[in-house]
Amino acid sequence: MNRHLLSINDLSRADIDSVLATARKDFLELSQRDIKKVPTLRGRTIIDLFYEKSTRTSTSFELAGKRLSADVINVKSGYSAAGKGESLKDTVLTLNAYRPDIIVIRHPHVGAAAFISRFTRAHVISAGDGKGEHPTQCLLDIFSLTQAYGSLDGLKVAIVGDILHSRVARSNLLGFQKMGMEVTLIAPPALLPRGVEALGADVSHSLADLANVDVIYLLRLQKERHQGANFMPSLREYIDRYCVGRRHVRPGQRVLHPGPINRGVEIESGLADSEENMILEQVEAGLAVRMALLYRIIVDNAVPAATSELKDEKSQAANERFTFHV
Amino acid sequence: MSASRFTFNVSWSLSLFNVKRETIVFMGTATQKKGTRATLLIRGARLFDPARGLDRHGDVLIEKGRISSLAPAGKGSAAGQVIEAGGMLLLPGFVDLHTHLRTPGREDEEDIASGTAAAAAGGYASICAMANTDPVVDNAAVLSSLIEAAEAEAFVRVAFLGAISRRLEGIHLSDMWDMAAAGAVAFSDDGRPVSDGGLLRSAFQAAKLVGLPLCLHCEDSDLAGQGVMNEGEVSARLGLAGIPATAETAALARDLEIAAYEGGRVHIAHLSCARSLELLEAARRAGAEVTCEATPHHLLLTENDVAGDLDASFKMSPPLRTESDRRALVEALAAGAINCIATDHAPHAVQEKETPFEEAPFGVVGLETAFPVLYSGLAETGEAPLEKLVLAMSTSPARAIGLPEPKIAVGEEANLCLVDIKEEFEIDPESFRSKSRNTPFAGRRVKGRVVLTVSGGRVAHNVI
Repeated sequence: MNRHLLSINDLSRADIDSVLATARKDFLELSQRDIKKVPTLRGRTIIDLFYEKSTRTSTSFELAGKRLSADVINVKSGYSAAGKGESLKDTVLTLNAYRPDIIVIRHPHVGAAAFISRFTRAHVISAGDGKGEHPTQCLLDIFSLTQAYGSLDGLKVAIVGDILHSRVARSNLLGFQKMGMEVTLIAPPALLPRGVEALGADVSHSLADLANVDVIYLLRLQKERHQGANFMPSLREYIDRYCVGRRHVRPGQRVLHPGPINRGVEIESGLADSEENMILEQVEAGLAVRMALLYRIIVDNAVPAATSELKDEKSQAANERFTFHV
Repeated sequence: MSASRFTFNVSWSLSLFNVKRETIVFMGTATQKKGTRATLLIRGARLFDPARGLDRHGDVLIEKGRISSLAPAGKGSAAGQVIEAGGMLLLPGFVDLHTHLRTPGREDEEDIASGTAAAAAGGYASICAMANTDPVVDNAAVLSSLIEAAEAEAFVRVAFLGAISRRLEGIHLSDMWDMAAAGAVAFSDDGRPVSDGGLLRSAFQAAKLVGLPLCLHCEDSDLAGQGVMNEGEVSARLGLAGIPATAETAALARDLEIAAYEGGRVHIAHLSCARSLELLEAARRAGAEVTCEATPHHLLLTENDVAGDLDASFKMSPPLRTESDRRALVEALAAGAINCIATDHAPHAVQEKETPFEEAPFGVVGLETAFPVLYSGLAETGEAPLEKLVLAMSTSPARAIGLPEPKIAVGEEANLCLVDIKEEFEIDPESFRSKSRNTPFAGRRVKGRVVLTVSGGRVAHNVI
């Protein structure tokens, strides 16, 4: 596995299989025990650096680290020196001085995770970078689907909703195809990124095409990113045409949603409460998958210092300026 | 009325009566006073001045700042300092129509001394400074103080543009006539488009009285939206908001229509896409006299260069477009449809660019890298002839904005540069004279180092 997980493309299919196998074999069952803790990462330090609001991802990463017995520190932008005008680079250089093993970062800007990897020797895991990517969501979705369907080869999935603003859509489009799935994107034209066809997906504007897929993947309408723009004539008209309910789901189809859900906007309440959706299974999978990822990224990179050379010169320069551990 | 004010007014009133600016002594710009007027012999250079059909080996004698003789190689006599050129290329000094000197207001990013030292190091004998400073150059007092400062501090000649609108707000016209009288060479709100078509029309009407061109940054701000790079497959992959080429072309089409209606002189800044060239061609067919420029980065780089590690040194406005856009620009340069190359030199502090891509400001530096990257990337590869590069970097921009034309000819003031096209070197931002380092060409192996620049008869740069 790469030193960092910044994009789902940092993982080969074999890497994905390895993380999922670890999650399934070693960690899924742990949550059922009374004592939900193993000593695997004792003495390791993980910093969760969150510049955006998050419930699922931040609790899941924190709990994953703690259940592996790592020392976990949470830094949230509202309470950190970032609010005093400190640059992202300086925040990371500061945290790096504690010699963390892993920095998990959620940031409102695309490429932020890759950016900070230039200033630390810690493994950097993206927990979502703006509209860029959300690779760990993709991993847990693949895990959930594997649990439900077995092999994903040839499986057809429709990703529905606000694709333009969705980092989840981007990672899943790439990750699902890597696993052999066929992806259709369903959204009104303004919520599809221009040029997205080049990434290998079919594009549709109609929920009627849900009939042709095995899996329905819903996305939240990110109204907070719609300020002042006219992505649709009105919310009412959008709901009329793109809100998915139980009537859209045929037997055997499963429905996923990365959360948080907006009931009555992209998902009808009835579907949100039904057996067909896998939303809570996704959350549970998230914990096991993130534990597996934290474990694998350390174990797979635990090689003698001499061979763990940094890739780019900027990191090397940073390495010379500061004394890092491996 | 002081003597210097008087000379400005002469220049203004002559242009008012439609006297060709080239025929008068150019008073409006700051002529640098640093260094003494040179007496030197450049021996054994390839003298290359395509506008004069000059391409032969020879010696150039400069006496008291003027070219006093052109002799066959080895025949020139040494009156003072001798520079052995050893077959290097001697070119008319470059003219940059589009420099952001950041002064006044952001002297930490660039000041007159550092910006003109960078220009000299890039072979530029003259540069034109944009008006989007703080305060904005929107009145004669600010402009005059800049001209005065440049006379004391600059290493090369600096011409100043005045803003089109007060504080670049796009609401009221700036003091265009007073600035013309004080020596402005053109008007531009560059950095921002003139969004209000009515204001643009008024600006053309006002500029007509003083015979100066408008230099237009064509962009529909609403179409550009919150975009940070070209809109297309790469932005879709990265999740970055796109700036469609339409943001440029829609504004360009409107601006060309208004210019044609008013019969105004217009220069189009930093063209970035193929469709813009079609619009330009149509306007010219209809009889419009339009000059235009492309930047070295748009001629050499594409949106794919952004994708690598999202380095903010690849973020500028307009954004890098597709490979087919880039090829169209190069073909237009080779065909003469794009007649000027301008740097859009836009210095930014390291800490402002050392951020995630979306947070960083737009703009890259270009004065010190323009010729080497273009020579290596276009002339050496055969994509565009050297002759067109040289014309587009020296003669044509001088004509476009009415600056004195740099010429390798006896009797002319010496404005020239000497270029080593044999030795390869690596572009190292740490070696820049500019205060800023935000270049997309760092680490590129190139040929075409400028070893000597003479501006206004004075040696501005010499590393031979």
